[in-house]
Amino acid sequence: MIEIVDISLLTLMAVVAVVISRLRNLFGVAMLAGFYSLLSCGMFVVLDAVDVAFTEAAVGAGVSTVILLGTMLLTSSEEKATTNWSPLPLLVCLAVGGLLVYATLDMPRYGDPNAPIHHHVAPRYIQDSPTEVGVPNMVTSVLASYRGYDTLGETTVIFTAGVGLLLLIGSAFRSIRPNRSASTTSGGQR
Amino acid sequence: MNDNIILRVVSKMFIPFILLFALYVQFHGDYGPGGGFQAGVIFAAGFVLYALVWGIEEAKRVAHPNVLQWAVAIGILLYAGTGVASLFLGGNFLDYGVLDHHDPVHGQHLGILLVELGVGITVAAVMTSAFFCFAGRRRVDDGEDAQ
Repeated sequence: MIEIVDISLLTLMAVVAVVISRLRNLFGVAMLAGFYSLLSCGMFVVLDAVDVAFTEAAVGAGVSTVILLGTMLLTSSEEKATTNWSPLPLLVCLAVGGLLVYATLDMPRYGDPNAPIHHHVAPRYIQDSPTEVGVPNMVTSVLASYRGYDTLGETTVIFTAGVGLLLLIGSAFRSIRPNRSASTTSGGQR
Repeated sequence: MNDNIILRVVSKMFIPFILLFALYVQFHGDYGPGGGFQAGVIFAAGFVLYALVWGIEEAKRVAHPNVLQWAVAIGILLYAGTGVASLFLGGNFLDYGVLDHHDPVHGQHLGILLVELGVGITVAAVMTSAFFCFAGRRRVDDGEDAQ
């Protein structure tokens, strides 16, 4: 049963990816990218990574689709047709893809208890987390306590990204207060 | 989208539940799937939906840009501050066990709650400001053209 879900999700993802690469209408591309995120969100649920699926649904299918659509207002909604076709990009894609598939042949099977990742620090976390941290969700105890440094670094990355965004294109964000009354009326006219 | 009554009514009904679900994911992260990152993006998605239906200006009156700017920094300061607090209480940086004198496990609970809250605040503020940055560009450019 689960294989049917896996196969249909992956097939749909492949179809959507091919359609995205063929489509010239950027509105359709943005919507399909959101759909692709929704499908990968389903994939994460199948892999039991529910919290990753949350994030994917909210960011990939939700906010980033909206941001893509908002960015489309600044540019045209049709991709420019390119006439010159060269085989080099296709060759690079096939070579890199082939290498990645070749690399997966060496990987341990999904969920294999003898995989190296399950023999490093994971047993200690699983053994001591209930008494040491006492949080029922072990993912949280690893993320926030044992790996607190990493999570602080990740949060700093998000902070830096936000500050960079505000510095680069934050003028619209900041210049809102003076013309608030003017812009609400123009918003009503739209 | 101001005139579309179905969207307005449905989103009006949904937004409180989206925000409530975000808070649930935030504070229930110790027990179920979720945590600061997830809660932050869901919270931001609620604001984005509000902005889509009522317009950016209305959304900026709810989530004021100045407040957002502070929230971006406050979240990460809360995280790092928890680490520094445990440093001053005699532990290592981000070693929450020392936050409670009597029971290290309670200290861990408190520390995890605080750092997850910090992550949630920063992520929600960054996502909302990113949306405002992109979505607000066109209108201001138009305004500059008019001038």
